[in-house]
Amino acid sequence: MSAQALATGFSDPVDGAQATFRAAMWALSRPGRVEVLDAGLAPPAPLIPEAAALALALCDYETPIWLDEALAAMPAVAEFLRFHTGATIVADPAEARFALIAEPMAMPDFAVFAQGTPEYPDASATLIVQVEHFTGGGLLLEGPGIEARASFGATPLPADFAARMTTNRALFPLGVDLLLAGSGGVAGLPRSVTVWEG
Amino acid sequence: MNTQAIGGMPEITYNFAYLDEQTKRMIRRAILKAIAIPGYQVPFAAREMPMPYGWGTGGVQVTAAVLGRDDVLKVIDQGADDTTNAVAIRGFFEKTAGVATTTSTTEATIIQTRHRVPETALGENQILVYQVPIPEPLRFLEPRETETRQLHALAEYGLMHVKLYEDIARHGHIATTYAYPVEVAGRYVMDPSPIPKFDNPKLDDCPALQLFGAGREKRIYAIPPHTKVRSLDFEDHPFRVQKFAKPCALCAATGVYLDEVILDDRGGRMFVCSDTDYCNTRQEAGHRGEMGVPAESASSDVMPGLNPGIHAVPPGHPVQGVDGRVKSGHDGVPVESGREGDAS
Repeated sequence: MSAQALATGFSDPVDGAQATFRAAMWALSRPGRVEVLDAGLAPPAPLIPEAAALALALCDYETPIWLDEALAAMPAVAEFLRFHTGATIVADPAEARFALIAEPMAMPDFAVFAQGTPEYPDASATLIVQVEHFTGGGLLLEGPGIEARASFGATPLPADFAARMTTNRALFPLGVDLLLAGSGGVAGLPRSVTVWEG
Repeated sequence: MNTQAIGGMPEITYNFAYLDEQTKRMIRRAILKAIAIPGYQVPFAAREMPMPYGWGTGGVQVTAAVLGRDDVLKVIDQGADDTTNAVAIRGFFEKTAGVATTTSTTEATIIQTRHRVPETALGENQILVYQVPIPEPLRFLEPRETETRQLHALAEYGLMHVKLYEDIARHGHIATTYAYPVEVAGRYVMDPSPIPKFDNPKLDDCPALQLFGAGREKRIYAIPPHTKVRSLDFEDHPFRVQKFAKPCALCAATGVYLDEVILDDRGGRMFVCSDTDYCNTRQEAGHRGEMGVPAESASSDVMPGLNPGIHAVPPGHPVQGVDGRVKSGHDGVPVESGREGDAS
């Protein structure tokens, strides 16, 4: 096992996980609002500290994780996640409860991930998407958790991101939920949110 | 997680907030999905808690999963900070998490509640955790879980409208006064827990996050902030809340939910705020109802265990009279008795 895999987790597993979860909880409760997330982790690249914190706070042996190509190409990332969470790393995105995406521009269609079933819409994937910056504009959000409307933006995101989110919204109550992590924060785009360009 | 050795044996300690980290992660994942699908009941592996079912095991698990060291916790039981259930749960978290507790609605970051929504408007960084006995709004209409699950999947809520219609056919009005069904974000019909229907309008567009935990039934559901919550009704029988003829006898508040307090065995009674913090705050601000006591003569020890004294007893009335407002503090199976009727 490489030294990077043993890169430290939360300095306090109880408080670190709680603070990270609370940030994620408020992020999904108030779509588009960026919550501060400072986990102090140093995970192996290209995994960033914010995404690593979310994985460590939410994943364990019950939650298979799927890694996108960029993350899967670095064995240290899988080792780090296995060591700290005990989660299995799966190759089939449909089997994953959590998906970690380091290159949003190349992210697969949401349809490849578990969407839940009409009886159990909660049996769907949560996508942790790494972004570089939150721009605060470019997209308009509406839905539960948002008073009137909110503007939101993050880079990089694929050009057809709003269209993908619209397709995802049309499946409600099925669909995937997104946690966008980066630059010291996390923002949530649950399946209930309606996204426009603007 | 401090393990202080006493006489060679390690002191028995708990993880922060009692639950182990794996359980918290499981509950946290359920909470995130519940927030993403407003009103949908997420199944979760509820644990045995060191209190019986019906005493808020669901709410306690949700609170334990979201609680942090900086949180300030308030626990209310039918609006009161001083009833058995509230005191026990507050003590539980003081002991297992060491968090600060309060009776003030405005100071609290997390409010765990049994069957009331505080009268004071909630803020956007507050979390309201409801204790839920029966989370399935259709359960008394359709006992099979497989069926109700399908009805939710198909958004087929005709059954609930028939039930409300039968109320009208039988009583001339919708006679459901608590656990009044709501539609959340235009999709799922949800049981708001046995809050009086008086509180239903507070759920709509609430700036706080509302989480619901049912321990025995192993379900978690949520209403994100600023979410449309509509009480089911008919065009010709619109949803209405209870109205009270008189203001609170202690603080003269109107437009709040009142409890009836039996004062003696000769028919003496008074109506006081169910929300003790709201009532006390108003009394401290100088509001006096018809049976209220002047500030200087209010005794602070009429309700042992809570300081300052909540709901100071009016002179000339026995303390037992005030005790009469204390509720049993738990929910029986399967049908609760002794809930408040329509106090209109």
